[in-house]
Amino acid sequence: MSNQLEIKNLTANIGDKPILKDFNLTIPKGEVHALMGPNGTGKSTLAKVIAGHEDYEVTSGEILVDGENILGMEPDEISHAGVFLAFQYPMEIPGVSIANFIRAALQARMEEGETFDAPAYYRELYEKMDLLQMDRKFTSRSLNEGFSGGEKKRCEILQMSMLEPTYCIMDETDSGLDIDALKVVSNGVNLMRGEDRGILVITHYQRLLEYIVPDQVHVMWDGAIVQSGDKELAIELEAKGYEWVKNELATAGA
Amino acid sequence: MSTTISEAPAPTPVGTIGDSATFNNLASTLTHESAWLKNKRQECWDQFQELPLPGRKDERWRFSTRLSMDFNEYRLAGTPDPDAVEACIDQSELVKNPLAKLVFVDNHLVATSPIADELKEKGVIFESLTDGIQNHPSLIENYLFGEEAHLGSEKFIALHNALTHAGAVIYVPKGVELKDPLFIYHWTTQEQTAVFPHTLVIAEANSTVNVIDVFNTSDLQLPAFCSASGNIYAGAGAHVTRKVIQNWSYETASFQSDATIAARDSQVKTIAINLGGKRARFENQLRITEPGAHVTMHSLTVSQGEQEFDQRTFQSHEAPDAVSDLLYKNALLDESRTIFSGIINVKKDAQRTDAYQTNRNLLLNPKADANSLPGLEIQANDVKCSHGATTGQLESEELFYMMQRGIPKRVAQQLMVFGFFEEILEKFDTDEVRDNIRNLVQSKFHQ
Repeated sequence: MSNQLEIKNLTANIGDKPILKDFNLTIPKGEVHALMGPNGTGKSTLAKVIAGHEDYEVTSGEILVDGENILGMEPDEISHAGVFLAFQYPMEIPGVSIANFIRAALQARMEEGETFDAPAYYRELYEKMDLLQMDRKFTSRSLNEGFSGGEKKRCEILQMSMLEPTYCIMDETDSGLDIDALKVVSNGVNLMRGEDRGILVITHYQRLLEYIVPDQVHVMWDGAIVQSGDKELAIELEAKGYEWVKNELATAGA
Repeated sequence: MSTTISEAPAPTPVGTIGDSATFNNLASTLTHESAWLKNKRQECWDQFQELPLPGRKDERWRFSTRLSMDFNEYRLAGTPDPDAVEACIDQSELVKNPLAKLVFVDNHLVATSPIADELKEKGVIFESLTDGIQNHPSLIENYLFGEEAHLGSEKFIALHNALTHAGAVIYVPKGVELKDPLFIYHWTTQEQTAVFPHTLVIAEANSTVNVIDVFNTSDLQLPAFCSASGNIYAGAGAHVTRKVIQNWSYETASFQSDATIAARDSQVKTIAINLGGKRARFENQLRITEPGAHVTMHSLTVSQGEQEFDQRTFQSHEAPDAVSDLLYKNALLDESRTIFSGIINVKKDAQRTDAYQTNRNLLLNPKADANSLPGLEIQANDVKCSHGATTGQLESEELFYMMQRGIPKRVAQQLMVFGFFEEILEKFDTDEVRDNIRNLVQSKFHQ
């Protein structure tokens, strides 16, 4: 299929330890999927493996972006293929301003001989910062340096909206956000929803899904998806806790 | 506008710098100098002759590659080639329209752009060392060679004091504020040339002055020697900023020794950009002699090839309620070396001192070698002091983050290195200077 992000039979290790175990997930364009699960179940590993992090060894499986296998590509090539990862803990990059950073990312996407339209770039940047209620003085500040948790997450969404990826993976975007920041960030994500984009929201809590309403919810346990459903599944999970999934699994296995 | 010095300069004796005949010849031409100065120079020459080259056992030269130089390999060069002079003058333009500037080529004054008459009438002095010595003998006697660093380069300072006749005398009277920078350019153009840049800054109470020294060369492979010295006397409440951009050739043996005295409530900022030299020793000594002073000392070094940058600093708090804050950053490429050794010394009466010292080294090649020796000597009991050194490489998680945005690895690394520089570069207060220095520093960085 050429209109989806497809993860097929993915098994990945860190060292000798398997983290993802025959993992399968398909996110068609136009949909928002939520991936939930307790800590340590492999959610963040999945995000990093998709983005091409070198610490993980993929022993089997495929990751297809619109039909193209991205496994083995460098992280920048995966980005160019259309995948954006909003980090759980965005890195601080001293001395590199937000404006210069996003500019470098956009320039890396330009064709040979193409010139960068700086005034248009700043117009768009300011417009999107306004939407995310970010002060314009942030553009000249070093990327994420000294930012609060909420500022860092807004900055991730700003980058996402400037780079306009085909597939967005949002790793625990709600962590460290107060309710006001959560609303602003969710609004930013919702504005990016559309026919041409697939979004995977990784979260521990159902709270975020009140603001970013998913088309599908998946529950991850020990390196694989164990249950899928609609948004009601998230509510059920919130009410019953992850122990419930564990018990269900135990019952099913018995 | 700048004036090119067209009249034939007084002939300078040519001769090797280890030879007493060179000193004697020079002394005989410097007839305008006072008896005091003549004696001082003779004393210094004798001292230079007597002092041994610093050896390995000297703690102040710990980690330095042993010096094995022959002073007679270097000489006071004669009149430089007119074409070379013209090229140097053309390139002495860190800013297009400076308040004033002086340009020296191989110790010869070749161009001046004097300060406005209005400033002269207020009593501001911005003159070449030779003119300053001639025109202001009592000022010279009070200040010239009056404060010296004691960080290991006594022999080089003695040589400097005996032979220097290039540089600037800057005097700003009480309450006069010169916001825009004064520029002093020093160039090396002739093989085995020895240069002795001297910068003397006297800022009276509540005055403001901003000085930028630029050391440059016509040829990055030129064998040369430099012993430079800079003194700042910051009077009560004075604001003094001094920046030194050292971009000598890669075959220069460079010794720089700066000493600052900060009086009551003065604010002094020094910034050093270190790019050139085969080996470059930079000593920076600060003495806070009265309460309330606030001094920042910044440095940025890019070392490459087999360059060795050897930095020794001393922050001496001799009076209470003062602040000194030092940040030295080194980015090391290839098989280059850096040494940072700094001491914060707080005297018994210097209560409520805030003194900080940070050295950050970024290793861009595993074969590069960064050495760090931070030190504290504290006799007062009510102080806030910290010192720290970090040596690291580009972080792979940061690199992954940047690459995830589509930035290729090489570009991401370069952005991170330039980001490392930015903390110092942002201290340059005018955009024109900052942009030019940024370009210069970035041009030194090759993959």
